[in-house]
Amino acid sequence: MSEPLISARKLTKKFGDFIALDAIDFDVAKGEAFGFLGPNGAGKSTAMRIIGATSQRTSGEITILGKDPEVDGPQIRAHLGVVPQQDNLDQQLSVTENLYIYGRYFGLSRKFVKGKIEELLTFAQLEEKRNAKVESLSGGMKRRLTIARALVSEPEILILDEPTTGLDPQARHILWDRLFRLKEVGVTLVITTHFMDEAEQLCDRLIVMDRGKIMAEGSPAQLIKDFSTREVLEVRFGSERNSEVANTLRELCERMEELPDRILLYSEDGESLLEKIYAINLHPKTSLVRRSSLEDVFLRLTGRTLIE
Amino acid sequence: MSITQTRQGSLRLVNAARVQARGSLYVAEAQIHTMLKWIWLIILTAIANPVLYLISIGIGVGSFIDKNAGLAGVDGVKYLTFLAPALLAAAAIQGAMDETVFPTIQGFKWYKNFFAINSTPLTGNQIATGVFLAALFRVFFTVLIYWFVMLAFGALESERAWLAIPTAIFAGAAFGALLQALAALLEDENFFFTVFSRFIMMPLFLFSGTFYPLNAMPIFLQWIGWISPLWHATELGRYMTYHHAISTLMLWVHLIFLTILLVIGIYFSRRFYTERLAK
Repeated sequence: MSEPLISARKLTKKFGDFIALDAIDFDVAKGEAFGFLGPNGAGKSTAMRIIGATSQRTSGEITILGKDPEVDGPQIRAHLGVVPQQDNLDQQLSVTENLYIYGRYFGLSRKFVKGKIEELLTFAQLEEKRNAKVESLSGGMKRRLTIARALVSEPEILILDEPTTGLDPQARHILWDRLFRLKEVGVTLVITTHFMDEAEQLCDRLIVMDRGKIMAEGSPAQLIKDFSTREVLEVRFGSERNSEVANTLRELCERMEELPDRILLYSEDGESLLEKIYAINLHPKTSLVRRSSLEDVFLRLTGRTLIE
Repeated sequence: MSITQTRQGSLRLVNAARVQARGSLYVAEAQIHTMLKWIWLIILTAIANPVLYLISIGIGVGSFIDKNAGLAGVDGVKYLTFLAPALLAAAAIQGAMDETVFPTIQGFKWYKNFFAINSTPLTGNQIATGVFLAALFRVFFTVLIYWFVMLAFGALESERAWLAIPTAIFAGAAFGALLQALAALLEDENFFFTVFSRFIMMPLFLFSGTFYPLNAMPIFLQWIGWISPLWHATELGRYMTYHHAISTLMLWVHLIFLTILLVIGIYFSRRFYTERLAK
């Protein structure tokens, strides 16, 4: 890895007795899409606020663009674009006014910002809404506007906290496409999500977090390889029978997880495993063979699902 | 052109030192931009407020008072002349309150846009100062219009009456800064609007020597005026507009009182903004 853009060592944040971040280490390289994956309350947003140079750590070290956020917060923030979990657009202003005013906060000239607005409206597919008040926009449009706003200063690092939460599938795919394009031109992306598909789609590398700690780190593919099998067979026998057959099924596969509504059987070949189950005269009500995902990695690491 | 083709990068584009030097002005610019959306309402209020008050109370009630007071008048002048500087100060204070309290609650709670501003190179101190500067712009505008309406009503009798303009702005600034600090602490604005406006603002307006000289009140009620920025501003305003008799000592007391409020208000609003943004 080249000189990291963000580097944290034993980064800790406490709120009273509650430990939101528990001595975590991570590095983010230039041009990388780096993700924090974990359930709500894992400490992701706390980490993002510290990286965003708006919240102070309790202990440990962190440098962003080679600077300490507690000493050089404004100098660091000059090169960040921040997309918070909840949109905090100015509801009284129009789409273009939000972009204009935000650009001015970075000290950009009026002429530059006015030119930039046209590019950003195209990028966010909001040309037809340029004069619309923010409060009249749909959730997906507001999210795209928040991202466009974060890009007005052409930041070196774009920080996205749960960028697609609350969006419909189509809006999510549009956003992912836009984020890919940014990555292609060298923008470093730091993303938190509790959606495994989003983490797989967007992140070159990620850390899996739970209760303020890092459970694992690597590329999505590597994490799946390290902590799961190639395929997963999901079977349902009905909520009463699942636990009855669980012990028998455990013998047939590499690993098994029993969830309230279904049983997950981990295997390199899901179809063969299903045949074996039929062969011993067990007949699940439903069955599904799929590839392992980060959800399975999280389940393996924590014994819990991402969305509980 | 797409943003990916024209990208220069923030390292080239953003001058953090310049933002550090001018950041408060950028915030003020944005606040004024929003304010201008209601410019007609602001202009209408700025004109209608003095016209209605000066006609109804200054001339209407004043005609009865002047009849009874005879040649001595109230404090040696017509009631309208006596009343107008107090209403000018009240308008300045009300304008400052509107433009510091509402944007502060909005920025922290309703729209949370202060958190968006704080994601840029701008600091809590700069945001607080910017909001304050924008409020001063509104106060300046309101006071200027009020002053010209007073002029039209013949309520300015002194050659130094123009000094009532900076005096009223100064009073608005002092009270506005104090309320800005208070607003930054508010978690429940309903309390503020119900309790503060009814039980603090209204008594201040009624018991600050606005409609009659403060010493006309029983001594046990006069203290309300002494701690009221409106009374100090009114006394200064009367001194400027019609040579109301004030000792040099009291002149300094009024100025120092308002200055202390201003300094405390600015200090704590900057501090409370910074603390709340870092929560």
